[in-house]
Amino acid sequence: MAMKCAAEGRELTVAISGEVDHHAAREILTQLERHISAVMPRSLTLDLGGVTFMDSSGIAVVVRAKLRMDDLGGRVRVRSAPPQARRVLSMAGLERMVRFE
Amino acid sequence: MKPTNEAVITFWSRSANEGFARTAAACFAAQLDPTLDEINDIKTAVSEAVTNAIVHAYPDALGKVVLRLRLLEDNVMEVVVRDSGVGIADVEQARMPLYTTGDAERSGMGFTIMESFMDTLKVRSKPGKGTAVTMRKRISRRRGASV
Repeated sequence: MAMKCAAEGRELTVAISGEVDHHAAREILTQLERHISAVMPRSLTLDLGGVTFMDSSGIAVVVRAKLRMDDLGGRVRVRSAPPQARRVLSMAGLERMVRFE
Repeated sequence: MKPTNEAVITFWSRSANEGFARTAAACFAAQLDPTLDEINDIKTAVSEAVTNAIVHAYPDALGKVVLRLRLLEDNVMEVVVRDSGVGIADVEQARMPLYTTGDAERSGMGFTIMESFMDTLKVRSKPGKGTAVTMRKRISRRRGASV
């Protein structure tokens, strides 16, 4: 798992690549929290284009991002989720909470 | 159903073994010439079952997790994930969507995903003795498949 973060003003993009499972989740949540606290974004994009595998740990990551951005009054988008990751995320009905593009 | 092939792997309940277990299951399933979607379904379900064993069965210690993979008649793959950990007092409750006793990196969707991604799911558990999760999935026969 690897994460890359880019901020433009108060727009934060976090690109996650590799395998998103329980083993990787704690590190993802820690880094995500650190980037959000540093940027205090109005808009957060989770770019999942490089994800090669995701299990329900990915649901926890998106939910945490959504809750954190709700606190800040901002919004979350999930971009380029591969079909396997998309299928897992849709099991939790995340399309109703977060925009997928 | 009689198995035509079987592999049993025992590993410690370290989270690094989640990736190992699902990859091993995918490699074993490759004998049935599954589609990429079928392989992904098996990997995802195995990841959920093994993660449950690692997170919940042995909360304060390392324990052993057994992954038994079988090929059954009629192109069926069977996966059993067994632990000798704390067990689940109320299996019905544990299987409910969004139910979790884990912390923030757990979503409570593990059993729901196993159920949806595989054809059948059976959970047997005894508090203090351990849990066995048995899942089966029939792999579609494709033209030219050699089994």
